[in-house]
Amino acid sequence: MPPDTTHTEPALELRGISKYFGDLAALRGVTLRIARGESVLIYGPNGAGKTTLLRTLASLAQPTEGEIWMDGRRMDRYPATCKAKIGFVSHATFLYNDLTVRENLALAGRLFGLRGVEKRVERALELFMLRERAGFLVRNLSRGLQQRVTLARALLHDPDFLLLDEPFTGLDAESTANLENLLRKLPERGKALVFSTHRFAQGASMAQRLVALEKGRISYDGPLTQASLSSLRIEPEAAAIENKVRL
Amino acid sequence: MMHSLEIIWILFLKDLRLEWRRRETLASICVFGILVVFLLDFAFQPAGEESLRLLPGVLWIAFAFAGILGFNHSFVAERENACLEGLRLAPIDAGLIYLAKLLANFLFLAVAEAVIVFAASLWYNFSFLPAFKWFVVIVAFGTLGYVAVGVMFGAVASNTRMREVMLPVLQFPVIVPIFIGAIEATTSALKGDAPGQFASWVRLLIAFSVIFIVLSFLLFEYVLEE
Repeated sequence: MPPDTTHTEPALELRGISKYFGDLAALRGVTLRIARGESVLIYGPNGAGKTTLLRTLASLAQPTEGEIWMDGRRMDRYPATCKAKIGFVSHATFLYNDLTVRENLALAGRLFGLRGVEKRVERALELFMLRERAGFLVRNLSRGLQQRVTLARALLHDPDFLLLDEPFTGLDAESTANLENLLRKLPERGKALVFSTHRFAQGASMAQRLVALEKGRISYDGPLTQASLSSLRIEPEAAAIENKVRL
Repeated sequence: MMHSLEIIWILFLKDLRLEWRRRETLASICVFGILVVFLLDFAFQPAGEESLRLLPGVLWIAFAFAGILGFNHSFVAERENACLEGLRLAPIDAGLIYLAKLLANFLFLAVAEAVIVFAASLWYNFSFLPAFKWFVVIVAFGTLGYVAVGVMFGAVASNTRMREVMLPVLQFPVIVPIFIGAIEATTSALKGDAPGQFASWVRLLIAFSVIFIVLSFLLFEYVLEE
């Protein structure tokens, strides 16, 4: 089936997505469009549906209703093509404890059908300062180092859309700063960054756009402005980020 | 096609490497299988003709228990750090994950079965050599069918809280035809019957294996979903 020509602009798009777990609605009619080069913060209280939204975008959870489109193609009809353009970082590391860092990255590279896997793995090890630990079993790494390997794994295939669910969890100050620097560069390279974090100030300083979720619905979708923060009643945190965000 | 075979091979090698590092599955299923053979020998103390009557059942009971342990173990590494989800993020057919698991579990169980059969031949003072060729064919197809079901339900059970209990509860009703066919065919082969007399049982094992592998390949994606 040829791509839908009405959606030729490269983007990730959710149309009326609902996700139910039994009677519980995790997402209700979520419609969202994310273009390449955008940096989007998904924010909301616990249980708002942030993780479900990101998992649905990563095609780990199938929506009960609605469709997901990527570059004019329905994701459920072209799963392999779409998955190849997505990188996902979640609470879980997706790493095999009894494989080394290098083996985990090489496995991911081969499953993504990358050419020159060894070179890419070496580059990723360099980029994430993991070269010295490349031969370590993942189970022997600290949580922070494991998170770095997870990020290296997610970026190994150079995805167009990087989805991150609480990426700063378990990271020390230095690793957090390094990750922040790396993530800031991605939108400049035309990659879309969609992430959730409990650290609003930190997230807001990296995002151009805020998508606020409440009880599975989008309560705000737009630029990060003082007005938007006030309407979302997150003034206490807004004060903390005034110096960081261009409000 | 080549790409699919390559993916299966990559995932199969990953399972072998994990098993080599952990050394859990093979060791535990071999020991458990031998214990079952030993206990049943101790309980029945068969002699002469009785050995031949009991041995097929004893062997397949040992294979069944060893297999259950193996299938549970097989998804332990995948559960840690949500590795199975990590595999699902890759642009590959979920059915290939199933086929790789099938291959790895078949190999592990086949090795354990070789050890169990060797132990049984000593304790029961029974030689498998006269019917060895057909015995191997029957065990191979019986094991294939059993593993085909076991991997599928192992994946289902891995998403449940009481997975160690759930696996046998889900699996045993489905594998009854395999075990009836396998025990009947093994008994007949070990008695020295002509292949024509147990060919229908072997055909049943082959048909069951093929049907279940095809079904599991097609349905595995839905099994992995929440």
